[in-house]
Amino acid sequence: MRYLLRRVQRLAIVLAVVTLVTFLLVNVLPGDVAYEMAGINSSEEEVQAIREDLGLDRPVLVRYWDWVSGIFTGDWGQSFLNKEDVWETITDRFPVSFELMLLAQIMALALAVPAGMISAFRPDSTADKIIGGIAFASVSMPSFMTGILLIYLFSLTLGWLPATGYEPLSEGLWANLKPMLLPALSLALVEWTVLMRTLRAEMISVLQEDYISLARAKGMSNFRILLGHALRPSSFTMLTILGLQVARLLGGTVIIEQIFGIPGIGRLLIHAVFTRDYIVIQGCVTFFALVFVAANFLVDVAYAWLDPRVRNERLAHG
Amino acid sequence: MADLTSSGAAAAAPGTTDAHEAALKAYSRKKRFSPFLYVPVAWLVFVIVVAALAPWLGLWPADEIDWVALRVPPGANEAHPLGTDHLGRDLLSRIIYGARVSLTVGFAAPAIGVGFGMVLGMAAGYWRGWIDEAVGIAIDSWLAIPGLVILLLFALVFGGSLFMVCFSLGLLFIPTAARITRAATMKYANREFVMAARALGASDTRILVKEILPNVIWPLIAFILIDIPIAIVIEGALSFLGLSVKAPTPSWGGIIAEGREYLETAPWISLIPTAVMFTTVLSFNLVGDAIRRRMADVKESQV
Repeated sequence: MRYLLRRVQRLAIVLAVVTLVTFLLVNVLPGDVAYEMAGINSSEEEVQAIREDLGLDRPVLVRYWDWVSGIFTGDWGQSFLNKEDVWETITDRFPVSFELMLLAQIMALALAVPAGMISAFRPDSTADKIIGGIAFASVSMPSFMTGILLIYLFSLTLGWLPATGYEPLSEGLWANLKPMLLPALSLALVEWTVLMRTLRAEMISVLQEDYISLARAKGMSNFRILLGHALRPSSFTMLTILGLQVARLLGGTVIIEQIFGIPGIGRLLIHAVFTRDYIVIQGCVTFFALVFVAANFLVDVAYAWLDPRVRNERLAHG
Repeated sequence: MADLTSSGAAAAAPGTTDAHEAALKAYSRKKRFSPFLYVPVAWLVFVIVVAALAPWLGLWPADEIDWVALRVPPGANEAHPLGTDHLGRDLLSRIIYGARVSLTVGFAAPAIGVGFGMVLGMAAGYWRGWIDEAVGIAIDSWLAIPGLVILLLFALVFGGSLFMVCFSLGLLFIPTAARITRAATMKYANREFVMAARALGASDTRILVKEILPNVIWPLIAFILIDIPIAIVIEGALSFLGLSVKAPTPSWGGIIAEGREYLETAPWISLIPTAVMFTTVLSFNLVGDAIRRRMADVKESQV
């Protein structure tokens, strides 16, 4: 418990710093939103009036305090441009991005776990080398390039899947999943390598444990040993990585949503950035940081829950 | 007597040196870089040389529009060996000039990040206490914001000059560089040679620069090598979103993004720079990996 409390404390500080830094950074952006709203042919007075109306004429720290205390009461402010509630917009858009990230991680795991197990079973075997080579190549292929190639191959050449678009879940599961497959795969094809390498490294050492030898001696099949005995103790580091990848995936969705025209939080952010809608930018970044922090916290909890040894060890060290 | 011992020694010595030399030879043969490595090295040398010499290669100007040759496929027009894009700009020339951007960022950004990260990490690892705590919190907060978000904000705040792209991308490498340096610094901070220097009255700055820096620099160089391809990829993503160097300046990600609209009618606009970028990033990864392994071996053998 003490260990978890310390983590919570640390995460709270992280959140405070993140919000302050984004706020300051966003507020030194040149060309403020008041000009954008007033239009090209407006006078300086009109711009000033809008600025006062939005409260932009007050000192930065006062505005920061206003905004942060608002967040605690659920008031994330309203978009400067269309007056929509920021929290509502974000909670509207986030499920879409979440689905994308979830699908991507499932695909990444589906690639990484079998590949990692095959690699770890006989290190330096031909299969291991081939998997390692593929992993090396896919690391060198950023998601936006994979996305372009997948669109070219599966949408334009083969015509199997749509290149862009999004359907809500209410249109049916398949209708909803169909346009999500390529974007999720673009993300997964980058992320799986890290998972695979971690699993492989850890499983190689687990396979040298005594209880594996015992299982072998009992005549258990390789398949059962790998799946039933070696996988769970080998997957702790991979789980941590899974949590850490959330940050990268959030970044990845920004690009992927742009390429595939998916109305998630990433597109919201890009749009806000290009229209200089500060309050939406701040909201998105804060939300990203919250998701990241929550993911990391969950990983810590899962870690302790999965492996009692780790829990006790960490407690002993405070 | 002297003669005897020397001949005796000579008789014994050849055997040992032979064995020793054979072992060394076997070792160096095993550790020699794989011949497959010449391919990526050759490609990188080629890309770097061509990019460096771009203005003197007699290429089409990268942003000049050839009105009679819009969307020419590769090989169809002798003036444009790799074809032209939707505006009739020469693709070969744009890719070569784009390489200048990618390579500059690729080398500069990790170096900048490691420079800052090294100072922070050494301070945290050497003095510990509140400095360590503060650096730790700063790193955690930095890592809590997705890198792309930081870049988006910086691109807007500081505009799209090549210098600012290098700088803001460099910032992304600070946290990891600082962590690596901190760990390495802590390992050496209590070693005998550092204590000896302190006993001799050396100042903290002197100890850090003369005693600790030479030891922590090696993992950082390996780190730079790994980060070159990463920096190139991130710059590509950024210019893909239109947030890297400003528009008429060609960059790989930018060309790929422009071709996205014409993927059906003129796929080469996107696919050729994609292939070039992939080959380059893969080559950097392969070479970096080989050098890193070699360095790890050298370090191990010294210990």
